[in-house]
Amino acid sequence: MATRPPCFDEMLNEDGTPRAAYAAYHKWFSEQDSTHLKQKARDAEEFFRRTGITFAVYGDDEAEERLIPFDIIPRIVTARQWTKLSRGIEQRVRAINAFLQDIYHRQEIVRAGRLPVDLLVKNDAFVAQMIGFTPPGGVYTHIVGIDLVRTGPDEFLVLEDNARTPSGVSYMLENRETMMNMFPELFSTIRVRNVSDYPKNLRASLSRVAPPACTGDPVVAVLTPGIHNSAYFEHAFLADQMGAELVEGHDIRIVNGRVAMRTTRGYQPIDVLYRRLDDDYLDPLIFKPESVLGIPGIFDLYRAGKITIANAPGTGIADDKAIYSYMPDIVEFYTGEKPILKNVDTWRCSEPDSLAYVLDHLSELVVKEVHGSGGYGMLIGPAASKKELAAFTAKLKAKPANYIAQPTLALSTIPIFANSGLAPRHVDLRPFVLVSPDKIDITPGGLTRVALRKGSLVVNSSQGGGTKDSWVIEDD
Amino acid sequence: MLGKTASGIFWMFRYLERAENIARLIETGHRFTLTRNRGRQDEWRSILSALGMDAAYRANHDEYNAAQVVDYLLRDKTNPGNLRNLIDSARQNARTTRTAITRELWEAVNECWICVNDALKRQVREAELPATIDLIERQTSQVRGALENTMLRNDGYNFSRVGNFIERADSMARLLDVKYYVLLPSVSFVGSSLDNIQWETILRSTSAYSAYRWLYPGRASALGIADFLILDRRFPRSLAFCYGKLTDNLRHLAMSYGVQSDSLTEAERIYAGFASMTAASILEDGLHEFLVDFLAQNRRLAAMVEQEYRFNS
Repeated sequence: MATRPPCFDEMLNEDGTPRAAYAAYHKWFSEQDSTHLKQKARDAEEFFRRTGITFAVYGDDEAEERLIPFDIIPRIVTARQWTKLSRGIEQRVRAINAFLQDIYHRQEIVRAGRLPVDLLVKNDAFVAQMIGFTPPGGVYTHIVGIDLVRTGPDEFLVLEDNARTPSGVSYMLENRETMMNMFPELFSTIRVRNVSDYPKNLRASLSRVAPPACTGDPVVAVLTPGIHNSAYFEHAFLADQMGAELVEGHDIRIVNGRVAMRTTRGYQPIDVLYRRLDDDYLDPLIFKPESVLGIPGIFDLYRAGKITIANAPGTGIADDKAIYSYMPDIVEFYTGEKPILKNVDTWRCSEPDSLAYVLDHLSELVVKEVHGSGGYGMLIGPAASKKELAAFTAKLKAKPANYIAQPTLALSTIPIFANSGLAPRHVDLRPFVLVSPDKIDITPGGLTRVALRKGSLVVNSSQGGGTKDSWVIEDD
Repeated sequence: MLGKTASGIFWMFRYLERAENIARLIETGHRFTLTRNRGRQDEWRSILSALGMDAAYRANHDEYNAAQVVDYLLRDKTNPGNLRNLIDSARQNARTTRTAITRELWEAVNECWICVNDALKRQVREAELPATIDLIERQTSQVRGALENTMLRNDGYNFSRVGNFIERADSMARLLDVKYYVLLPSVSFVGSSLDNIQWETILRSTSAYSAYRWLYPGRASALGIADFLILDRRFPRSLAFCYGKLTDNLRHLAMSYGVQSDSLTEAERIYAGFASMTAASILEDGLHEFLVDFLAQNRRLAAMVEQEYRFNS
């Protein structure tokens, strides 16, 4: 690890003075008493515990609910940086929707020779039942999260697109609530852009894609797999904040040709279903027959214009890691513009030359499963033991098409508030994007995830990552 | 509102009411072990009976010693209806009904769960028992406070109240039934004075002790106590009071939904029945029979509400 190039710290210059974005915050921070701040950090944890903002960890029955560690030092981005970022995000999200429309219709991108057809038709995330169908308003990905990493003053790269059911937005909102509760004085001196309109915008955005069968004010519901799902808190939180019902499969039945939920007054049709359930479980008649979480027959009604499903089934193909490496081409193909946000360099192990390179340089690279998520099943070369490297070499040789590889990035750091004081840790950023037929709405900020262990590059909460409040501040 | 949500809120407040009831019974039982020399074992046994837990308790325990019974009621894993589980279930229900309850109510339930869990991690030593019971009672009161102060008076609120008063009526009737022999006419008619300990237990475990003494200074008669606990509409745990509230809340529900409600009609019928009764007529016709009959009606009403508002199907 000692060979890694020095990382860009977002708060401090090399000489220890604060960068422009952090000038006001740093001044405030240096005036604080550290015992007082330690108390605040404990208060913040207590605040999360009391409000029940918890997260369930898979395969951990002893502690079913956990808190995601929260760090009190915010991530700060200037308005100027944000303007550029949001233009890049908007461009990318437009391209993703155009791409989805295309691959489920004429597949011009394949005809133009810009994307191998195998990547679509042999891909589990490709949902053949979507072919020839256009969702209401032409929107495929109503809610998107774009994972960004930073490597320098102006270098933001897209690490991953989340086009299925991105999670974490409740933490964006609750982190801000917590910070305003803990440090109100900061918000009266520093002008931080507001994030709290997200639930309202989400509701409005979903209402604008009501299906043809909807006659009045659209009825929106959130579909959750249930209380044991790791993101259940978020499902309940968003439903509550939007003023929508939180339903499970067994609350729903098809009544008079509509998908309807059992209320105290009888069955009421749902117009827009924000589902937090994977495609595979959505309709046992079409996908996994053993699924008890979904709604048998919903897909037919969807195609018949009786209900809108958000995000549309089959959007997962757009965040597939094998497709990821084609994103620069995809952006250019559909927007006619150069991508504003760059991808991380990616080797597709399915290609023999790339595979050879990856095998030769395994100890320097990060290798990811094409269909993996949540930081599971990945190899971080520089941190891996000889044994782990050997095991991964065997996996790569056996199923090369299952993997992509990327250079180990010098991810930017932001200090966390540790016992010993400020300590730099690696971070990423997930801004949240809402897509409706007439506009794309990006909440200023997003979710900053931070690897709490020194030197670690894995920020996933399932792997011991924490979060920070993320600020976009007005330029003075 | 989803049927499932209505059910969740209804049961959340049944669980909380039941937990409070257990806490109060423990408090009473414990007081007796401190102030009376005789009847200790019997007292714990009748508390278990009033909660319908006596047979289950005996399956795993040989004797009725205070520490064991208290632990059984609070946290013993062999008792699925222990207080800790009730609070856990209430909180679980609050999680699943987040969309229908206020943030304040959710936070109060969550905090109650956190505190009670902390307090009941280990067996509660006798020295800590009063403080622990006190903590439980304060926490559940905060939940009620949050409900009253922040909830819209909508269907969710009414379902919470219906659950609350059905549970309260049930537990009052069961407690009375366990002690009914104390109030038997034969005992008082032959002129023997009421057993002080027994009536004190009943009054204390229903939080009625002080109120009753103010209303009936110096007199503890079977008639007076039966009248107070069953028919007095000023006393918030009496059966008549519970049914007054039940008719109110069921009427609000029926009106806001604009429906003809069978459960309302049934609750009104039961409530009207109290008006035509006197304590003397109840005792004459047989207190036990009255209570068995009442418990069955109360259960039936709960089932009607569940069905009418589509809790499960």
